[in-house]
Amino acid sequence: MAASGQISLRGVTKVFPGHDGHPDVHALGPVDLDIAAGEFFSVVGPSGCGKSTLLDILSGLSIATAGTATFDDKPLAGEVPDGIGAVFQQDASFFWLNVWDNVAFGLRRRGVGAPEVARRVDQALAFMGLTGFARAYPAQLSGGMRQRVCIARTLVLEPKVLLLDEPFGALDQQTRLLMGDELLRIWRETGATVVLITHALDEAAMLSDRVAVMSARPGRFIDIVTTGWPRTRDSRIVSDARFGAVTARLWEKLREESLRAMGVAAPHQDQRQE
Amino acid sequence: MTARRLDHVLLLVGFLALWQLLHWAVGPDVVASPAATIVRAGALLGTPAFWGHINATLTAFALASVISIVGGIALGLWLGLRRFAGDVADPILGTLYSIPKITLYPIILLMFGLGVSAKIAFGVIHGIFPIAIFAMNAVRNVAPVFRRTARVMRLSPLATAATVMAPAALPEILAGIRVGVALTLLGTLIGELFAATSGLGFVLIRAMDVHAVVDILAITLLLFCFAACVNASLRLVERWARHGG
Amino acid sequence: MTKVGAARTTFIVLVFAALELLCRLGVIPRVTMIPPSEMIASLWTILASGKFNSDIFFTLYNIVAAAILATVLGFFIGAGLHALPRLRRPLVPLMSAYYAVPTFVFYPLLIVAFGVGRTALIVMGAMFGIVAMIVNTTLGLDHVPPAVDRTAAILRLDRWRALVLVRLPAAAPHLVTGLKLAVAYSVIGIVAGEFILATAGIGKRIAFSYDNFDNRTMYGMLLLLLIGVMIVNGALSAWEKRLHRRFGQQ
Repeated sequence: MAASGQISLRGVTKVFPGHDGHPDVHALGPVDLDIAAGEFFSVVGPSGCGKSTLLDILSGLSIATAGTATFDDKPLAGEVPDGIGAVFQQDASFFWLNVWDNVAFGLRRRGVGAPEVARRVDQALAFMGLTGFARAYPAQLSGGMRQRVCIARTLVLEPKVLLLDEPFGALDQQTRLLMGDELLRIWRETGATVVLITHALDEAAMLSDRVAVMSARPGRFIDIVTTGWPRTRDSRIVSDARFGAVTARLWEKLREESLRAMGVAAPHQDQRQE
Repeated sequence: MTARRLDHVLLLVGFLALWQLLHWAVGPDVVASPAATIVRAGALLGTPAFWGHINATLTAFALASVISIVGGIALGLWLGLRRFAGDVADPILGTLYSIPKITLYPIILLMFGLGVSAKIAFGVIHGIFPIAIFAMNAVRNVAPVFRRTARVMRLSPLATAATVMAPAALPEILAGIRVGVALTLLGTLIGELFAATSGLGFVLIRAMDVHAVVDILAITLLLFCFAACVNASLRLVERWARHGG
Repeated sequence: MTKVGAARTTFIVLVFAALELLCRLGVIPRVTMIPPSEMIASLWTILASGKFNSDIFFTLYNIVAAAILATVLGFFIGAGLHALPRLRRPLVPLMSAYYAVPTFVFYPLLIVAFGVGRTALIVMGAMFGIVAMIVNTTLGLDHVPPAVDRTAAILRLDRWRALVLVRLPAAAPHLVTGLKLAVAYSVIGIVAGEFILATAGIGKRIAFSYDNFDNRTMYGMLLLLLIGVMIVNGALSAWEKRLHRRFGQQ
């Protein structure tokens, strides 16, 4: 039986065709990638480099223009496979449902029976510290709480792969750090593969088993850094002697890419427009 | 009494005072006094014949509203869900909305003759466009992240439309209904002014013909109160649909 | 032309072609509607002969006067309401109700006050349009970023100059929306008034033609009104969009 939550990309490229006279946009690739089952994998890169496009392909929301993407050895073909969960940067909590109904939403759509739904939702709410807010509506909650609702809604479906696209982008730094700890706890207790897209180097360095650095558009991997942290880590890993080295290495690669993305540094040799 | 209640009362008193001043300034042939108007309104409400007219108007208004709402939402949803059709239709709908419907009255009269169907037609052409436009924009403006969430959860297109898109778009659809219903009432009344033998509009045009100033003001006051109540109720429904969001 | 533009043009042409066909075939009887081509011919005759020029200018003058009245008065009332939130709050829901009531039932009262003539019509048009301007003025002033207000204060501008020199331009996108609506509603109020009773004007000409079964003239005048409104509304809409885009999301 194949490992659960394993993702592979071979030569994956994404080009968005231009319309009404605009040129095509070569957003991503080609990229090769193997994410092991149960790994905590992050991707960092300058704005607009194609990180979100990568996540769309990993989740099945988008089809690669070239190359193959497989999830547990089955090719991804434009349909989201069973076992994927995603949390986005924007608030996706449904404002017309209270917290409890939000979290129950996915289960109910799958036809899970009411007692089972109740059991799993209560459990997820307890896990995320939302039990006291079960009857509240998203509009009454802070941004961090709403993201927790989205995470709970995803977790309750027991995904094998958890994709997060800058989920803490709208939150302040302290909340981000605490949410990072929560994410690690979730990762440990569910055994899921986590793929985190973030622009925050320290976040990626502190949370992940491996961090991939993506180049400016079209996004390609220019480095993958292995952190080697123990599974039992939390945000206090920042005091580890090697944390500075990891972050420094990421920034070294990322700095030039960021300047490229801003148009200040020269483009890559093989990407110069003739 | 809360401060807000007090403000409402003060506003009412201020308004009545201004009205009375205006009455003294221009005379009863232009503006009847508030007292005379209110008394007349009360008297009219006690007259069975008047209630017959109210029924005629309300029936036509209700029918026109239903047609406007159902037609407007159906059209708006379809155009909202289909990107290309929506892009094509957007300016056309906007133009149709901004055309003074007054230019279409003679055509409607010629098409429907005098009577109930003309009234309802007037009401519908007033209400259907804002409802369709609001509904279309409501669907188009649903945050993209909601649709992506539905896709990641592997919901079928029907389930996505019914359980995510519809409730997400509902507040703005209701706002459109609120605007559309007010305009439908206007359209129905105008229809009665020009093309009917019963209804409040008809009573108004008769009052205008014989220059019964008190009647004109009394009926307008009643209509305004009715419209304000309908509007307030729809606002409450809209607020509920937002759940504070 | 873009794909969308091409599809739209095709759609509009098809609709007109269908109307023309249905009218010519008699499916739509002549007493109800004349073919669009004849409407255009009638419009051309009206403009070329200049037969109704006095009516056209009468209505045009009224609309412009009413629009100016509604816009200027509406702006200052709106600004006043904005400065007095206690007064504004109870009024807001009532303003939506205002448009449900056909306020041109007051037209006879205005005639008694001002006599039969353009003053009554202008006041009528302004009454119809003023509330839209008030609502959009308050909305526009709401959207003036607090930082802009504070800048005006730091520059030590008095209230009136702050309003006219800083806040009015900042609220411009919404004010133009209000202007657009004021014009549209003024047209409705004035033409409706002219339908009911007037000495001259496009509305009177349309009502007269209708009563005399002169469909040709009626549809010609209707088309004139329609095209006129579409041109003015289109221009104001384009201005409105440009302002919204230039000012960005507020």
